[in-house]
Amino acid sequence: MAVAVGRKASQSEDLRNLNLSGHVGFDSLPDQLVNKSTTQGFCFNILCVGETGVGKSTLMDTLFNTKFEGDPATHNEPGVRLKARSYELQESNVRLKLTIVDTVGFGDQINKDDSYKPIVEYIDAQFEAYLQEELKIKRSLFNYHDTRIHACLYFIAPTGHSLKSLDLVTMKKLDSKVNIIPIIAKADTIAKNELHKFKSKIMSELVSNGVQIYQFPTDEETVAEINATMSVHLPFAVVGSTEEVKIGNKMAKARQYPWGIVQVENENHCDFVKLREMLIRVNMEDLREQTHSRHYELYRRCKLEEMGFKDTDPDSKPFSLQETYEAKRNEFLGELQKKEEEMRQMFVMRVKEKETELKEAEKELHEKFDRLKKTHQDEKKKLEEKKKEIEEEVSAFNKKKALLQSQAQQAGSQPTKKDKDKKNSSFT
Amino acid sequence: ISTSARNLDGYVGFANLPNQVYRKSVKRGFEFTLMVVGESGLGKSTLINSLFLTDLYSKEYPGPSQRIKKTVQVEQSKVLIKEGGVQLTLTIVDTPGFGDAVDNSNCWQPVINYIDSKFEDFLNAESRVNRRLMPDNRVHCCLYFIAPSGHGLKPLDIEFMKRLHEKVNVIPLIAKADTLTPEECHHFKKQIMKEILEHKIKIYEFPDAEEDEDRKLIKKIKERMPLAVVGSNTVIEVNGKKVRGRQYPWGVAEVENGEHCDFTILRNMLIRTHMQDLKDVTNNVHYENYRSKKLAAVTCNGVDATKTKGQLTKSPLAQMEEERREHVSKMKKMENEMEQVFEMKVKEKKQKLKDSEAELERRHEQMKKNLEAHYKELEEKRRQFEEEKMTWEAQQRVLEQLKLDASK
Repeated sequence: MAVAVGRKASQSEDLRNLNLSGHVGFDSLPDQLVNKSTTQGFCFNILCVGETGVGKSTLMDTLFNTKFEGDPATHNEPGVRLKARSYELQESNVRLKLTIVDTVGFGDQINKDDSYKPIVEYIDAQFEAYLQEELKIKRSLFNYHDTRIHACLYFIAPTGHSLKSLDLVTMKKLDSKVNIIPIIAKADTIAKNELHKFKSKIMSELVSNGVQIYQFPTDEETVAEINATMSVHLPFAVVGSTEEVKIGNKMAKARQYPWGIVQVENENHCDFVKLREMLIRVNMEDLREQTHSRHYELYRRCKLEEMGFKDTDPDSKPFSLQETYEAKRNEFLGELQKKEEEMRQMFVMRVKEKETELKEAEKELHEKFDRLKKTHQDEKKKLEEKKKEIEEEVSAFNKKKALLQSQAQQAGSQPTKKDKDKKNSSFT
Repeated sequence: ISTSARNLDGYVGFANLPNQVYRKSVKRGFEFTLMVVGESGLGKSTLINSLFLTDLYSKEYPGPSQRIKKTVQVEQSKVLIKEGGVQLTLTIVDTPGFGDAVDNSNCWQPVINYIDSKFEDFLNAESRVNRRLMPDNRVHCCLYFIAPSGHGLKPLDIEFMKRLHEKVNVIPLIAKADTLTPEECHHFKKQIMKEILEHKIKIYEFPDAEEDEDRKLIKKIKERMPLAVVGSNTVIEVNGKKVRGRQYPWGVAEVENGEHCDFTILRNMLIRTHMQDLKDVTNNVHYENYRSKKLAAVTCNGVDATKTKGQLTKSPLAQMEEERREHVSKMKKMENEMEQVFEMKVKEKKQKLKDSEAELERRHEQMKKNLEAHYKELEEKRRQFEEEKMTWEAQQRVLEQLKLDASK
């Protein structure tokens, strides 16, 4: 996709307006540009949001005059999922790669709080893919297959009363991300007088809830008028059909009822022709441009700000890209280093703690044994005292014995032999 | 995602898409920056005026050869021209002083600097968080004027083209071609192309066309490269027709006569058919070259050269993410290792403590046993002594009794 480029007349420079004295030939520039794009081929991605059975597939078939494949979905889906299918179409020399993204299961669950989430995620994922490519060092944007959603057809069920809260919630979540074109589906079930009231109610509800739907551009003279006229009929009430019925002497796409035939391409019957005109024939390129220059830029801006990128430094001087990346890189490296330091510090602390612990244990052990040793010493001392006691008693006793013996010897120099023998014998 | 070619049963309307693109491009307007380089006096200003059929250079706005400079300058003038509802903001960049000095070493440097600075501006604008309409001031084409010596390229010519061919679309032109006869011109062209090939200079190449007729046309153009041009500010009447040309005593050299020079081919190619392609090549090739070199330098700072080229397919941010992941796993490994060493050391220490405790226990037990043995010994001694004492005392009492009995 070409870079969105434009320029303002530079005030600082002398922009001279010059007249040409002949045919130079640069008026072929738009043709040169168009030829280039045509050779490359175009791509267009439509997202269809609507309840199961509201007529999304039929409308796509009718819009593009072809039967796209796919079986109708059931109402049993556990959640909302997005199914994308791509088709290569060609009309005269224009090749179009069309991708239709369907929201399968939308509106079928009992709890629809999160129904919008898969849709928002899908849209964001496509923006992200583009952003990633744009940020690569070696990139190839000019042949990038653009998958970003260019238009979101929001199918409103033909209740005839007002928008459902699911519709309001979902559209509010999508309006800053994608070009929303609300349409009333299966409009052949609403009577003419009810339809007008229904449309007014819907538009006023959208306005009062601040939902930004896609505005058909009115800044270009060639299309301003038709776009303005068509806008009045929003939201378009459409009927889709791939069945053909004979009307007069022609075959036309229609739905046959007992009470009449609803002709798809009859502007009195429904707004199908208006939708086709606006979506495809007049504003397809604008839808692509808005997606790129508005919705994608918003996504990109938010993403970069989230990552901490700024355009100016604290002194409001603009950053150059190099400075920004270098600053980011330094910050990043600093962070890594800090983490490493922290881990090391933690280990050092643990080692210290453990050392202290073990030292404590060692100390306790030694104290324990010192205590035991002391106890042992005390016991030993007691033992020594006891030993001394006994020895003293023994020596005292021996002394006593010796004394008595010597006394007996002195006093009893006339001891009878009998006593002596008796005494002697008692010593044996 | 399934893809299949489709036949449509009826007109859908997206064939109108090219018209929508056409409309929008006209509304946006176009820009083009053309650089002209060559020594003074080669007719650059005249050629520009002839190409664009306007007085871009005039008395009030003199051309580069009239603006004498001591050193090479790079100057630009912006003009707005309109034709058939199409607005073109044309910027002409010229280089007064180029090749005019005695010593022309590095006279290409200011030119390179200029081109790079425009790339830099665009890169910064493109990389802002808040992007506005980005003016495209990048140089889309560089017309290099070769003096019509008739012999070959000068060393300055070769040097300049070699240094600039990867930064800008270089289209070499033979200036003042009306000083060469057709044979001389033909010979000169062949010589120049030979030298360009020899020195591997990449001049702007026309993209291959799809249609056969276009392909034939392109082949014809390629055979006439480099284009030999003549420019003129004066209109002369020739055979009742007013033409731009140079009046000589021997005739008029007509600017737009294909047999006189290649001016028409140049104009058609530069403006009418390939202007957009020149911009595309600048954007997709030269600018991307500059950008990837710039970004690689920023992010691969300090990264060792053993990393493969696969780095370049990522954005600098994705690269940082990868580095972060690598660092995390490195840290984890380090952590594990440190943890292991720690555990081992703790185990050792604990074991030592246990052994020491066991040893002390053993000794304590030993001492206790000793003590008990001694106690037992003492007990035994006391028992013996008591027994002895009791026996002796019993004996004494008997003796006493006997004594008492004897004294009665």
